[in-house]
Amino acid sequence: MPAVQETVARVKEIDVDKYKYGFFTDIESVKAPKGLNEDVVRFISAKKGEPDWLLDWRLEAYRRWLTMQEPTWANVVHPKIDFQDLYYYSAPKSTEGPKSLADVDPELLRTYERLGIPLSEQKVLAGVEGARVEGRVAVDAVFDSVSVVTTFKEELAKAGVIFSSVSEAVKTHPELVRKYLGSVVPITDNFYATLNSAVFSDGSFVYVPPGVRCPMELSTYFRINAEQTGQFERTLIIADEGSYVSYLEGCTAPMRDEKQLHAAVVELVALDDAEIKYSTVQNWYPGDKEGKGGIYNFVTKRGDCRGKNAHISWTQVETGSAITWKYPSCILRGDGSRGEFYSIAISNGYQQVDSGTKMIHLGKDTSSRIISKGIAAGHSNNTYRGLVSAHRRAANARNFTCCDSLLIGDKCGAHTVPYIEAKNASATFEHEATTSKISDDQLFYCLSRGLSAEEAVALIVNGFVRDVLQQLPMEFMAETQKLISISLEGSVG
Amino acid sequence: MLEIKNLHVNVDGREILKGLDLTLPQGEVHAVMGPNGSGKSTLAYVLAGKEDYEVTAGSVTWKGEDLLAMSPSERAASGVFLAFQYPLEIPGVATMTFLRTAVNAVRKARGEEELSTPDFLRLVRAKAKLLKIDIEMLKRPLNVGFSGGEKKRNEILQMALLEPALCVLDETDSGLDIDAVRIVAEGVNALRSPKRAMLVITHYQRLLNYIVPDRVHVLSDGRVARSGGPELALELEESGYAEFGEAASGAAA
Repeated sequence: MPAVQETVARVKEIDVDKYKYGFFTDIESVKAPKGLNEDVVRFISAKKGEPDWLLDWRLEAYRRWLTMQEPTWANVVHPKIDFQDLYYYSAPKSTEGPKSLADVDPELLRTYERLGIPLSEQKVLAGVEGARVEGRVAVDAVFDSVSVVTTFKEELAKAGVIFSSVSEAVKTHPELVRKYLGSVVPITDNFYATLNSAVFSDGSFVYVPPGVRCPMELSTYFRINAEQTGQFERTLIIADEGSYVSYLEGCTAPMRDEKQLHAAVVELVALDDAEIKYSTVQNWYPGDKEGKGGIYNFVTKRGDCRGKNAHISWTQVETGSAITWKYPSCILRGDGSRGEFYSIAISNGYQQVDSGTKMIHLGKDTSSRIISKGIAAGHSNNTYRGLVSAHRRAANARNFTCCDSLLIGDKCGAHTVPYIEAKNASATFEHEATTSKISDDQLFYCLSRGLSAEEAVALIVNGFVRDVLQQLPMEFMAETQKLISISLEGSVG
Repeated sequence: MLEIKNLHVNVDGREILKGLDLTLPQGEVHAVMGPNGSGKSTLAYVLAGKEDYEVTAGSVTWKGEDLLAMSPSERAASGVFLAFQYPLEIPGVATMTFLRTAVNAVRKARGEEELSTPDFLRLVRAKAKLLKIDIEMLKRPLNVGFSGGEKKRNEILQMALLEPALCVLDETDSGLDIDAVRIVAEGVNALRSPKRAMLVITHYQRLLNYIVPDRVHVLSDGRVARSGGPELALELEESGYAEFGEAASGAAA
């Protein structure tokens, strides 16, 4: 099935040489006036033709946000963000019409083609003739503030899976959206999540009905294009009883001198015996060699194991963004539920990463596992921050945490900040942490076997992150390995 | 083939090699012996191109080219191989992956095609068998948790796979019991060829019972103090390094 492999590989062909996604698409867009006030919130809601309950929800979040302060506890440094100097809504003009593929601006399609995402269903289908459905990936593409196209929708519908943009789901399945939106990350949650609730533009919506195993990988591709525009997407995934879904998101942005803000919210709900596997390959523009430009990635991701024996697994590969502030978490509410967090965070140049997870054990016999691999090179700073807590009713809660840091060079930093709170005496929490450095001797050993310095570093780093790489969907492993090598280019010699 | 002339090398500002001369013709196996601190390992590292070994004078000509001007990877591509005294561990990287990466890197640099996975596996199996290496061992992370014998056999396996023209073995026998020495030596002997030169560095004569050299050089205080046939090694076995070693440390002080 080489055609299938090719299709899949193209979707996630994240990077092959330097930051090749730094281009900008000249496309006419509709923007809300600069800055943020109630009128802008109303403008966004009106643009999307939203029902009153959602507008009220947004306004409540906005008013709440006005009373909040930006968090300062993260181990990152950046100038204060002027929230009035941003556009909160930008959409390619042409998507205002009907949203079938034929109506999509050809310029936009070309952009996605350059990103390696085959959006044309016909083309994809032609490429996979005779292939099994499992080998394919359905894509939802989000351009600036709106979702431009979702592929394989009909085929998924046959299985009963709903996969669409959130805006569309608000229209087609309001009862589901209303029931679950904000139920994991409430509008009061934190500064950036509250801001997102007020102005979120689009994102993906997934609902997998009871007992259904989603027939293919679902994927969202995020792209920031417009200048001075914040991207605030909102993703909501619901796995009903006994269902399974695997979801992957990828992100890129043009190279720009000024910083861009990305404040997304992802909510996952897993009911009884359901499983959600959520993978991220994040390659937002990290800024140039001197640390100019790049994305501020301030994201709230949380999964709720709401039912018994529910299972949520986060896998993330973080290589981009100037600053990453992100803690994909699991609330282990259902008895016997399981949460997992596998992370590879690579920082080079002047990147700053403060990332980790929270495992909140509420139910009985819940277990969680955290494997975090931080790699710091250049002048970067890489912090793991994690919380593992057991509620007093969480009998037999178990956690295993392993945080490994690898340093390349002598101007970078790695930090581990674990918080552990056990209010139940039967909880068993294990924590392991190591920090190591690629030694000159290891490098020389590889060089003397004919490897180049870059091949050697890539090999050693890939060995270091192996446990986590294995958690990624098979199709994306090879590309991710390549991405890791590219992110570390110029880090030695 | 390999010609070392008046080689002076500093490590951390201290002169270790002090005018070493050595000529190793194609197809020959030469042993380099000497007391601790005489510069044996320094010579090995300098030939492989390790950083922090500062050549202050002299030359090393390899196949008519200036070896010292080449980077470590270029030297590997041109056929220089160093079997390390202390092979390095790389956690998480399967030995097999490392071997394949190395073989293909060298093949690419030599303008040859990369080996396909089945071809590579066939090659590894054949070579591993010769060295009595269990394929299961090659699935483990490189050198992690390997016994001394496993590490050294793994070095010789790499040597067999990379098909070097110049093999430098740095105390390959150190830390091995007699059976392991025999296995390693058999592996090395299988690689003896009229097209290949070998420099066998060892402290003890016992390895040379198995790998019989064409010439023996005794290093003392950073220079070749004496050269001779295989019988020189036997002579040293009886008299020890007193003649060289004590003098060397005295001179260094």
